[in-house]
Amino acid sequence: MKIAVLVKEVPDSYGERRLNLTTGLADREASDKVLDEITSRAVEAAVSHAESADGVEVALVSMGPESAEATLRKTLAMGADSAHHVLDSALAGADMTLTAEVLAGVLQRIGCDLVIAGDVSSDGTGGVIPTMVAERMGAAHATSLDTLSITDSTVAGERAAYGGTVTVEAQLPAVVSVTERLPDARFPGFKGIMAAKKKPLETYTLADLGIDAEADVPRSIMLSVTESPARTAGEKITDEGDAGKRLAEYLTEKKLV
Amino acid sequence: MAEQNILTYLPVLPSGELVGSAAELLGAAAQLGTPVGVIVTSPGAAEDAARAAGELGAAAVYVAEHEAVGTTLTEPAVNVFSTVWETTQPEALLVPNDIDGRDLAARLSVRTRSPIASDAVGVHRDEEGIVAHHSVYGSAFTTESATTHGALIITLREGAVDHRGQAVTPQIHRVELGELTGPAAAITGFEASVEASTRPDLRGAATVVSGGRGLGSAEGFALAEQLADALGAGLGASRAAVDAGYAPHSLQVGQTGVTVAPDLYIALGISGAVQHLAGMQTAKTVVAINKDPEAPIFDIADLGIVGDAFEVVPQLIETLQARNS
Ligand SMILES: Cc1cc2nc3c(=O)[nH]c(=O)nc-3n(C[C@H](O)[C@H](O)[C@H](O)COP(=O)(O)OP(=O)(O)OC[C@H]3O[C@@H](n4cnc5c(N)ncnc54)[C@H](O)[C@@H]3O)c2cc1C
Ligand SMILES: Cc1cc2nc3c(=O)[nH]c(=O)nc-3n(C[C@H](O)[C@H](O)[C@H](O)COP(=O)(O)OP(=O)(O)OC[C@H]3O[C@@H](n4cnc5c(N)ncnc54)[C@H](O)[C@@H]3O)c2cc1C
Repeated sequence: MKIAVLVKEVPDSYGERRLNLTTGLADREASDKVLDEITSRAVEAAVSHAESADGVEVALVSMGPESAEATLRKTLAMGADSAHHVLDSALAGADMTLTAEVLAGVLQRIGCDLVIAGDVSSDGTGGVIPTMVAERMGAAHATSLDTLSITDSTVAGERAAYGGTVTVEAQLPAVVSVTERLPDARFPGFKGIMAAKKKPLETYTLADLGIDAEADVPRSIMLSVTESPARTAGEKITDEGDAGKRLAEYLTEKKLV
Repeated sequence: MAEQNILTYLPVLPSGELVGSAAELLGAAAQLGTPVGVIVTSPGAAEDAARAAGELGAAAVYVAEHEAVGTTLTEPAVNVFSTVWETTQPEALLVPNDIDGRDLAARLSVRTRSPIASDAVGVHRDEEGIVAHHSVYGSAFTTESATTHGALIITLREGAVDHRGQAVTPQIHRVELGELTGPAAAITGFEASVEASTRPDLRGAATVVSGGRGLGSAEGFALAEQLADALGAGLGASRAAVDAGYAPHSLQVGQTGVTVAPDLYIALGISGAVQHLAGMQTAKTVVAINKDPEAPIFDIADLGIVGDAFEVVPQLIETLQARNS
């Protein structure tokens, strides 16, 4: 069985994240780049399944700028077998429609039985790419799974539903996405890091995939970007036994209670 | 020119009621054109739900009832929406930005070749068409987006839109579910959530009280619940509190949880990590209680109290109760 994991490089949310106020594009110089935490959990799920079952191969797939290559290399050290990187200057500022087309394109090219993604990315926060990819691949989707179990022919898990929780199960091929309820990623050991250096990492352009970023199809466009004023600190008091009373006064005065 | 149809996805709870986001979806649709509700549900629930949609402003409601809704993931809704899309030629589709809404948006986006404006916090119309408003990177930036041409699919952040539609008696149209052909996941089990909370929903609540790891235990977390109930507030939690099992994940506020913008946000035993701030820093007033004078939450608090939450909060509740009686 071949599992493809959709991994995304994002600006580190611990640091400052900026949009360019002229172009509306993510300002890549402003932030450190990291593997999105949720996609590292997706890798963990794939790699731990590969360890527990025979004949499971794990491929990492990413669309992103040049810097994503180093992130892919680091992620290979967690135990994945290969990495596939779509790199093309025409993809700067790609909307979700184009992103899904590109990811489905590489996935179809490399072939796989199961795709594991994160539920929502920490920068774009769309939460739609996995199901868009499933639609393009003609596969079932089972997204935002809080638990995950994989067999040779099925994938299943629990997810939130209106008024409760549902258990869902799909026949392979399928696309799933996981939530942060899944286990945290492992730290790659020295052996993993050494082994990763020799693993195949392939790069694709849009031409390789036969995709035209300029095709006249409806696209999402950004019309304006404004920076919100930063919040500032107000009053700070130290409790001297009466802070509860003072807070009650404050809330009453401001008509907040 | 006749007003354009704006489709909305109105999910139904197991109880037969519309999901809370229906009011804001129809409210936002009313700002753009003719609000049209679409209800896809298990047999028996549609009539009442359609009337409820009318009360929230749906001029027309398309309803489909079928057993498959309880056994097949997303595909029944996609099937019905594809039919309604043909009939109504909508200018936009609004869905709640929740798991089911996003899955529907994703499938329809590819099928109808319509782009998605994701996690919108508002909408308006200008001469050129529909514009979606977004609040991104933890509310550090505000953006506006649109489609180059054609219809736009919008996933609307829950609790973000205040506008409400006007009650009408809706035209109700029945839609038959077509044959389900595409591959789809099966729904093999459903477990109703136990907590029948009477607290206001965290999303959209005027006041939110959140507890963090500083509350120390599930028992300690009850302090946040008591304050929330005393204030009639929604209850939230930090990720560390959720990870420690003090609160369910549905209450997590922050980058990978819920984003809230209440009038008043009270943080108890929360340090103020940037990923937590991402979910609450547009609150009008922020109050923080934390033992550590250096906690970063104080940098954005309108009133910061350096102290033990277990001393300050009981005194606050007592004082407020004494005042009210
Ligand atoms: C602040 C901001 C706002 C945006 N708003 C919009 C918008 O309203 N409409 C629009 O069309 N586009 C928008 N975009 C662009 C959009 O984010 C990109 O197209 C992005 O590559 C995919 O969307 P996402 O990150 O939201 O994905 P999500 O659907 O949130 O991602 C879920 C999972 O899909 C996989 N995945 C997503 N992207 C990639 C990738 N590049 N490589 C590998 N795996 C991936 C990962 O497993 C990820 O965890 C926005 C971008 C930013 C930075
Ligand atoms: C990708 C990513 C996404 C994330 N998403 C989220 C998210 O959505 N939401 C979120 O919250 N976090 C998120 N985090 C985690 C975040 O970085 C922090 O770890 C988390 O917010 C810390 O929670 P906390 O403030 O409750 O705990 P801590 O940081 O441990 O803080 C506890 C605080 O309680 C105080 N305290 C202790 N005892 C008392 C007392 N008796 N009275 C008063 N104060 C007391 C302490 O001084 C301390 O400041 C995310 C992290 C990553 C990497």
